[in-house]
Amino acid sequence: MPKLTINGEPVELTDLDPRTPLLWVLRDSLNLTGTKFGCGIAQCGACTVHVNGTAMRSCSVAIGSLEGREVTTIEGLSPDGSHPVQKAWAQMNVPQCGYCQTGQIMSAAALIASNPEPDDDAIDSFMGGNICRCGTYPRIRAAILSAAQEARQ
Amino acid sequence: MGSSLNIGAPVTRRGFLASLAAGSLVLAARVSPASTLLAVVGQDGSDTAFEPNLWLSIDPSGAVTIVTHRSEMGTGIRTSLPMVVADELEADWARVTLRQAIGDARYGDQNTDGSRSVRQFYEVMRVAGAAARTLLERAAAEIWGVDAAECKARLHEVHHAATGRSIGFGELVARARTLEAPAEGELTFKTPAERRYVGQPVPIVDLADMVTGRATFGIDARREGQLFAVVARSPVLGAPLKSVDDTAAREVAGVVDVLTIPGYEGVHGFQPLGGVAVLANSTWAAIAGRKALKLEWGESDNDSYDSEAFEREMVATSRRAGTSWRTAGDTAAAFEAADEGSVHEADYYVPLLAHASMEPPAAVAEVTVDEDGKAIRCEAWAATQNPQAAQEQVAATLGLELADVIVNVTLLGGGFGRKSKPDYVAEAAWLSRATRRPVHVTWTREDDIRHDYYHTVAAVHMRAAVDERGMPTAWLQRSVFPPIFSTFAPGMTSPSDFELALGFTDVPYVLPNLTVESGDAPAHVRIGWLRSVAHIYHALAVCSFPDELARRAGRDPYEYLMELLGEDRLLDLEGVQYPNQGESLERYPFDVGRLKAVTKRVAQMAGWGRELPKGKGLGIACHRSFLSYYATVVEVDVDRRGALTIPKVWSVLDAGLILNPDRVRAQMEGATAFGASLALHGEITAVDGAIQQSNFHDYKVARMYDSPRAIECEIVSSEALPGGVGETGVPPFAPALCNAIAAATGVRVRRLPISKTDLRWS
Repeated sequence: MPKLTINGEPVELTDLDPRTPLLWVLRDSLNLTGTKFGCGIAQCGACTVHVNGTAMRSCSVAIGSLEGREVTTIEGLSPDGSHPVQKAWAQMNVPQCGYCQTGQIMSAAALIASNPEPDDDAIDSFMGGNICRCGTYPRIRAAILSAAQEARQ
Repeated sequence: MGSSLNIGAPVTRRGFLASLAAGSLVLAARVSPASTLLAVVGQDGSDTAFEPNLWLSIDPSGAVTIVTHRSEMGTGIRTSLPMVVADELEADWARVTLRQAIGDARYGDQNTDGSRSVRQFYEVMRVAGAAARTLLERAAAEIWGVDAAECKARLHEVHHAATGRSIGFGELVARARTLEAPAEGELTFKTPAERRYVGQPVPIVDLADMVTGRATFGIDARREGQLFAVVARSPVLGAPLKSVDDTAAREVAGVVDVLTIPGYEGVHGFQPLGGVAVLANSTWAAIAGRKALKLEWGESDNDSYDSEAFEREMVATSRRAGTSWRTAGDTAAAFEAADEGSVHEADYYVPLLAHASMEPPAAVAEVTVDEDGKAIRCEAWAATQNPQAAQEQVAATLGLELADVIVNVTLLGGGFGRKSKPDYVAEAAWLSRATRRPVHVTWTREDDIRHDYYHTVAAVHMRAAVDERGMPTAWLQRSVFPPIFSTFAPGMTSPSDFELALGFTDVPYVLPNLTVESGDAPAHVRIGWLRSVAHIYHALAVCSFPDELARRAGRDPYEYLMELLGEDRLLDLEGVQYPNQGESLERYPFDVGRLKAVTKRVAQMAGWGRELPKGKGLGIACHRSFLSYYATVVEVDVDRRGALTIPKVWSVLDAGLILNPDRVRAQMEGATAFGASLALHGEITAVDGAIQQSNFHDYKVARMYDSPRAIECEIVSSEALPGGVGETGVPPFAPALCNAIAAATGVRVRRLPISKTDLRWS
């Protein structure tokens, strides 16, 4: 069974089929329900987490592949919602229903970590994997630009 | 500002009262158009002779608690209505806590759809806040021995200006709770200038939870010892289960049980569809177990349903005489008198659409059973727009009294009308009774797309004869669709006045010879309602057709539209069966002047009339829905290969009084993306009765890159009675986009989704 860290805590996953998607381990075994189910086939981004700092769709990552990896979920992105992306999200009142927003935030945090000055096309391309049915896209775009600016300072 | 979603203690009347600090002032209010009743409630709740639809309490520390009874699915309503109470109360918003109500008829209507929360409950909230403020001011007056008229509440304190004294709300509670509630006529309300929160962009109460992952949706609800379940349902509506081989499913690690839920009786309504449930110790194990099921389904009346053939039948029906709903002049004679060359016809079509809320339907239920396994009580936690319907359906499924069913409302990860139908809550309840454990049911995305209560498919036929200036001398419009009431009445094929009033019988143009008709169509899937409902297909036809006529006459579509709308006036709907969202036309008339005003303003904002190169174009549409007025201009950019982008959208909304302008703006932005999804991509098809789509790869919705890049919204400042907001922006988007495509390329799209039309030009 794989040993990994989740939000900095070492975790040993026992009694689980190694093919089990990380998403369901987070939600149903570890009660980390901030990571959401949206499609199960890496089409919507609601389940986005960071694996060694890279945005991954946890519905399509088998836990057997995570030996020695560091997983960060929305619960571990910052201790108190103070990550620049979370702050920008709150400042711009991005969420409507809020459901997809944890995945959006995890994607956005990975985007600005890899590209400190994303332009509109870079945002379109990177965030294209995260669906929001409420249509918060214009505010997500604005919040990413704002968070990126803050992160650079 | 705090909030709690009562995961744990439900907000029953007794539960709410018991949860408050001793010595709290509790005000109960029942406000209806006919009467207002207010009472100060003792701690045991025994002295409320009436059934209040609002609870408000202030404890001796000054903490204010408001029970909020509408479901939060993204509109911000859970925040906006309590803002009204806090404003009239002069409470400090930071000291207000919300409690989410359970489903209970005593709260009045809780079905959070139809864009009516503010319209129906603004007055309740205002009265309750003003009554509580009056009590506190009177208590202060008694303590000081002064006239109550000299005591004014301001930001959680009552002040006496003449002497400069003040007392905090908390300290006034003990005295205030001994007073009689004020009568309705004794209340005074703030003037617009005195408002503290109403009209301000107050952040939603759930914001911090939403950006940190702590927000709890139906899919996140957890009960000790719960099983996780998914259900295999018949691919064709109404097909009975013939055989089950669950041997392999039971061998899947983590699977605990496999159970057959019986199919629905009579018409499906909100009953569970029935099927085979796999219960496991995780959702994933349940999904894996379900994959291993071997099921055979029997025959259904819907086996021959083929959406392509059905489309042809519907279009044919829309071209035949139907049932008349509104007439003016003599349309037949006017068509007869017209030259053949002056007649223009168009057939519009919108396919079945799925809701695809990001959180699929999900609920957990915990049933208590007696020694014989008979249910005696059920408590559920559900992402539901309609907790009272959930209560009723669970009671019906389990054979319980309503009082023995408690439905707690979680946050909803989108709803759009799907979550007004509580079939999934009843599934969880049925499975909990069978297993004697709490059961959490999750619909996978495949379940959601294949077994939805679909937005109905529709064909709309439009026909006009025009004079030498292109203005209509005769106008016929006919709408054909399987009706929503097919979900509730067996064999229902005829549209209702309710559906036709959604943007069709109220066509607002100057039409001397007018005929509005409908045609019948049978339903072969569960038909429901989706954000803006029949307005979607009616607005496509009614807002595209004038653009066609304008272009045919070589006229500017905006100028033409304004001429077609005619003089500012209240639309004459005398003799028309026109439910008007349950409001009278005296209170909420169809004011053509307001519709024209938003149209004029949006045209100004978009710089209407400017020259654009081929491939780029502007389209305009205006529409009244949910008693509000909305106009949109879409700018489109279509390259020679037919690839389409939407650089910008402008929108103006007149919804009367606005509570929270930031959330209203968010709804306008969101409606634009929702409109883009259905206009560009949305289509559910069926072959041999089974739905062909299953997930976001084949039921596409708008993503960041194909949504409008910039959206400029304006809200009309108004003190008119509040209208709807959440749905009003959806209907005009698709026709405005189709009109823009016509301007850019000359191609007229009459059948959605647009992605099915070749937009190449040279």
